Amino acid sequence: MERDTQTRGLVDQIYYTTGRVLVSLLVPVVTFLVMWRGFIFLRDGDAPKLVTALVAIVWGVGGVGILFLLSNWLVEQFPPAWTDALRPFVFVGPALAILSWYLLIPTIRTLYTSFFDARSEAFVGLDNYIFAFTNPEMVISFRNNLMWLIVGTGLSVGFGLLVAILADRSKFETLAKSLIFLPYAISFVGAGVIWRFIYFFKPPGRPQIGLLNAILVGLGGEPQAWLTLAPWNNLFLIVIMIWLQTGYAMVLLSAALKGVPDELLEAGRIDGASETQIFFSIIIPYIQGTIVTVSTTIIIFTLKIFDIVFVMTNGNFGTEVIASRFYKQMFKFQHFGRGGAIAIILLIAVIPVMWYNLRQFGEQEAF
Amino acid sequence: MKRQKLISDLVLNGALLLLVLIWTVPTLGLLVSSFRTRDEVNSTGWWTVVQNPTELTLDNYRQVLLGKDVSFTDAEGNVIEASGDNLGRAFLNSLTVTVPATIIPILIAAFAAYGFAWMKFPGRRPLFIMVVALLVVPLQIALIPILRDYTRLDLNGTFLAIWLGHTGFGLPLAVYLLYNYISQLPRDILESAFIDGASPFTIFVRLILPLSVPALASFAIFQFLWVWNDLLVALVFIGSKPEVAVMTQALQEMVGSRGQDWHLLTAGAFITMLLPLIVFFSLQRFFVRGLLAGSVKG
Repeated sequence: MERDTQTRGLVDQIYYTTGRVLVSLLVPVVTFLVMWRGFIFLRDGDAPKLVTALVAIVWGVGGVGILFLLSNWLVEQFPPAWTDALRPFVFVGPALAILSWYLLIPTIRTLYTSFFDARSEAFVGLDNYIFAFTNPEMVISFRNNLMWLIVGTGLSVGFGLLVAILADRSKFETLAKSLIFLPYAISFVGAGVIWRFIYFFKPPGRPQIGLLNAILVGLGGEPQAWLTLAPWNNLFLIVIMIWLQTGYAMVLLSAALKGVPDELLEAGRIDGASETQIFFSIIIPYIQGTIVTVSTTIIIFTLKIFDIVFVMTNGNFGTEVIASRFYKQMFKFQHFGRGGAIAIILLIAVIPVMWYNLRQFGEQEAF
Repeated sequence: MKRQKLISDLVLNGALLLLVLIWTVPTLGLLVSSFRTRDEVNSTGWWTVVQNPTELTLDNYRQVLLGKDVSFTDAEGNVIEASGDNLGRAFLNSLTVTVPATIIPILIAAFAAYGFAWMKFPGRRPLFIMVVALLVVPLQIALIPILRDYTRLDLNGTFLAIWLGHTGFGLPLAVYLLYNYISQLPRDILESAFIDGASPFTIFVRLILPLSVPALASFAIFQFLWVWNDLLVALVFIGSKPEVAVMTQALQEMVGSRGQDWHLLTAGAFITMLLPLIVFFSLQRFFVRGLLAGSVKG
């Protein structure tokens, strides 16, 4: 009798387990099929644009949600000890997988291709790197990038600090800061159109519709084709970046300025320090950490600058930068070896700055 | 003394006003020009609109947005038919790219951040360090290898391709920022939920996500602006398929083909800027908080 129950229990358990395994297999398969149909629909579908757009959004966002639900449910089908061991990977697994596919492994693959020729067939040793440092156009792009780094970062941070200080003492603080910050939301392509219009050139004698030439002619000068004026055209491109980035610098520096304790400033004033002295010996040292963070972030951004050059001059008239050379090697000349080498150089240039930045950031309070 | 204060106030606000003007005038010129007729834009500067403000038109927007053909008479009296640009389609494409490319990385990153912050598993620390280390990788490095994978998977030119791309490139920052936030949540709230027998999944959905809304919103705005304004990733993964081209590509295309048609270019540029500017102004508070939390995008 007792044995019978036991057997029945065992049979039940086998049924139960098999059922569970089957369901565990079926649910993912069905989900996968539904997702796959959705994908095919989106890839080959001829539905009206708006429908496709909506389906795409629901499919993409919902798909990720279902994937998490499903994998969590699957893990919970295991015995408790297994569940506990596996569950963390349900949470961190997708992020790790995507990061490996999109950043970690590509870095290794690009490093590898950078030692090969254009079609990634023959090993060429360090040739691509030698090319990257000796080719005249590359040398110009390094020079330009340096100019971007020094002038662009310096003036973005400088103007950001200036606006932050002025706004801090003005009644119109919020409005002024919003307007200066506004270009930060504009794309490089949009900014490109805005500034191409400002730099627009018509031959002398015709009405100038570009603001800069109109001012120049109004003052009695000759109109200039600003974007072809090497090497000064680099500065005109850098102005665009300063216009875009000053708002960012201002926001961070303004927050830092508000953190300077009033007692410290009062103490300085009581001791008879002038406003200039207070600025250089109290305020600047106090917000030094933020200045470094802002500068390093803008430096990293500037190292990779691509869109502005691409839209404004496409790298002509001596305005190439490293990232635009990279784009040309990779996608115009299809030289994967040289392109890869330039990308690796970019990575190596970013590492020390980012390391410094993160170390700074780690010392600050987040949010 | 009072007089001195007045003068310094005047100088201060004057300097601020000058800076604000320099920063605003470029955008203002774009906006004004986009409402002027073709002939007006080409013959007089946009600032002359102050003298005769009546001649504004919406034709430029009609032409770039709907792809509507516009006919006009040129200086010699010939009637010219100009085809439109259909930025309306690109606008939908941009939305289709941007919404999932903002939500997907946030969802994945929030799960991962919770896992790294509140779960114990072997390899937690080295794996987290790896995620943060990937912040340094410029996305340029990944373009060719990923493009090769996509060619093999026949993914090029699909929305999935670009969603995943933006997800991958946005994840290190997202995980890092959300980890910083989620790991600071008060321990006792989570512990009492565990004692009540809630599963980690339930805790995450019912407790962590609602509590992390400020951080999620900050990153969402950041990622939204980044994806919407991106050109490089779109150029590489979408390529030159006009059916799926996003706004930045369409505008870039217009710059190439209509470099002198300022009445259309300005209207097109303003359309691409519209949504980011709305998001920017309505959610500026969250956005600033996100920036302050450290924008070290790789």
